[in-house]
Amino acid sequence: MSANVTIEEVERVAELANLDLEPDEKPRMQRDLNAILEYVAQLNELDTAGIEPMAQVSDLLDLGSAADAGHGAALRVDRQRPSLDRARVMEEAPETDGAFFKTPKVIER
Amino acid sequence: METLLSTENLVEKPATIASLRAGITSGSVKATDLAEMYYARITAHNPLLNVYLSLTKEQALETAAAIDAAAAKGDALPPLAGIPMGIKDVLVMQGAPATAGSAILKGYEPPYDATSVAKLKAAGAVLLGKINCDEFAMGSSNENSAYGPVRNPVDTERVPGGSSGGSAAAVAANLAVATLGTDTGGSIRQPASFCGVVGVLPTYGRVSRYGLIAFASSLDRVGPFAGNVRDAAQILGVIAGADDRDPTSSGLPVPDYAAESDKDVKGLKIGIPAEYFADGLDPEVRAAIESGIDKLRAAGCEIKPISLKHTRYAIPVYYLVATAEASANLARFDGVRYGHRSPKATNLSSMYRLSREEGFGPEVKRRILLGTYALSAGYYDAYYKKAQQVRRILAEEFLTAFGEVDAIVTPTAPTAAFKLGEKTDDPLAMYLADIYTVTASLAGICGVTVPCGTTSTGLPVGMQVLGPHFGEGTAFRVARAVEAAQAK
Repeated sequence: MSANVTIEEVERVAELANLDLEPDEKPRMQRDLNAILEYVAQLNELDTAGIEPMAQVSDLLDLGSAADAGHGAALRVDRQRPSLDRARVMEEAPETDGAFFKTPKVIER
Repeated sequence: METLLSTENLVEKPATIASLRAGITSGSVKATDLAEMYYARITAHNPLLNVYLSLTKEQALETAAAIDAAAAKGDALPPLAGIPMGIKDVLVMQGAPATAGSAILKGYEPPYDATSVAKLKAAGAVLLGKINCDEFAMGSSNENSAYGPVRNPVDTERVPGGSSGGSAAAVAANLAVATLGTDTGGSIRQPASFCGVVGVLPTYGRVSRYGLIAFASSLDRVGPFAGNVRDAAQILGVIAGADDRDPTSSGLPVPDYAAESDKDVKGLKIGIPAEYFADGLDPEVRAAIESGIDKLRAAGCEIKPISLKHTRYAIPVYYLVATAEASANLARFDGVRYGHRSPKATNLSSMYRLSREEGFGPEVKRRILLGTYALSAGYYDAYYKKAQQVRRILAEEFLTAFGEVDAIVTPTAPTAAFKLGEKTDDPLAMYLADIYTVTASLAGICGVTVPCGTTSTGLPVGMQVLGPHFGEGTAFRVARAVEAAQAK
């Protein structure tokens, strides 16, 4: 995993992340990403063959009966309950018709 | 027996929650006067310290008046009745803006309360306002806030730590009796250490994350800052517990943490991991922590050297896991539903990209890019999966250690507070400020940081007391013993 991120890769990753970097930001991000990736490359010193990746803390714990009580191990009861008030939520929207969020055109003809 | 407080003699030094509550119950302290006094202190000190981003005075005085009325009638008061508190601005609270320290959320007024905030309200706390932090809790110095840095009240040329720098500084400067912060890789513990206050990292799942603006969901925790261990324990008892809005919250019963903290430490086994006292630890910090360990020995603890040999891999793992999760979580800021929308946008795609480019600061962009890179096709196995595998090694190392010891004691940070601007040009150097805190974050275990002496120039040093999953009671006990020994 020794990395040498190019400017083109910075641009590609920025596109994947929906970020429009300013021209002067790109070389700085390239420098920082390379420094950080070089540092994290020390993980290669470890043999991790056969080790199950840990995504959540609950992956780790043998919670026994407590598993029924949360920790992401059990689903909550499926019952109806009120959601946030639409009018109040729409007050926060940059643009709305009251019922929906409005955006610029998705498909241009 | 503490002397009964009156509002007049309560000026510079913060009182304990117990003494304030006793004063409010008896009527010798009015919750409304107390709130006004804190607002006066905020007016005087906030221009320099930049702790509060917004104040909720109307709500606060309304709550305080209701508490005073209940006290006058002789009603039983809730556990935090009239206690002035502040909330880190990554937690949402109705009636106040929530910025997360970011320009992208400027002007956003959340329509709901975070569960931890709702629980404080139900417990009678008087919430003074929202507190500055690094943008989306990404930072170790509070210099990444779009609303300017917070200054450390102990030395205003220095950083308060981060990302919950404002929450730590608020308690240190007595601009709140206690505060809430959040900790993803050290964001409660490191600033508490830098500002000389108590900070708590609860076990993952102990406190609901509902209403916490997400940074890295498998790591994010909500926890208290206070001026003393017992107050912090009491607040954790209020905010902890199951919440069906956060499926990772735990249904395990919530102990009386304050009572747990009162227990004697005699006979407890304390592990001292050699890897946390290696190169890079400031000699004055080391001396302060070693003197704290001697005091625990004198209090009857059994001190046991241990080894956590994979510790040095924790920062690399953390910065891959946290940024990967952040890149996914921060996708929600797209200019559609709330927050900033670029006026320059011409179509949907440019609206997303320009809104995000204009709204996010450099550190947030750096982390989104790193996380997106680590998750992208061709790099996933080499970076993200590898990091998750090493995360398990690190976590299991802690589980093994806690088979032999009741608690683990380390320095909270390798140095005392550094100067403003000292590390802003070097992201990697800034990341290393979290070297002693990230491993506990990855493992999901709990910890308390407690003031443990100072450097020769008077800068606070914090001792980190780590406990196993749901072992907060023990961590509080040990921290309390260290606190008591300092006071002697």
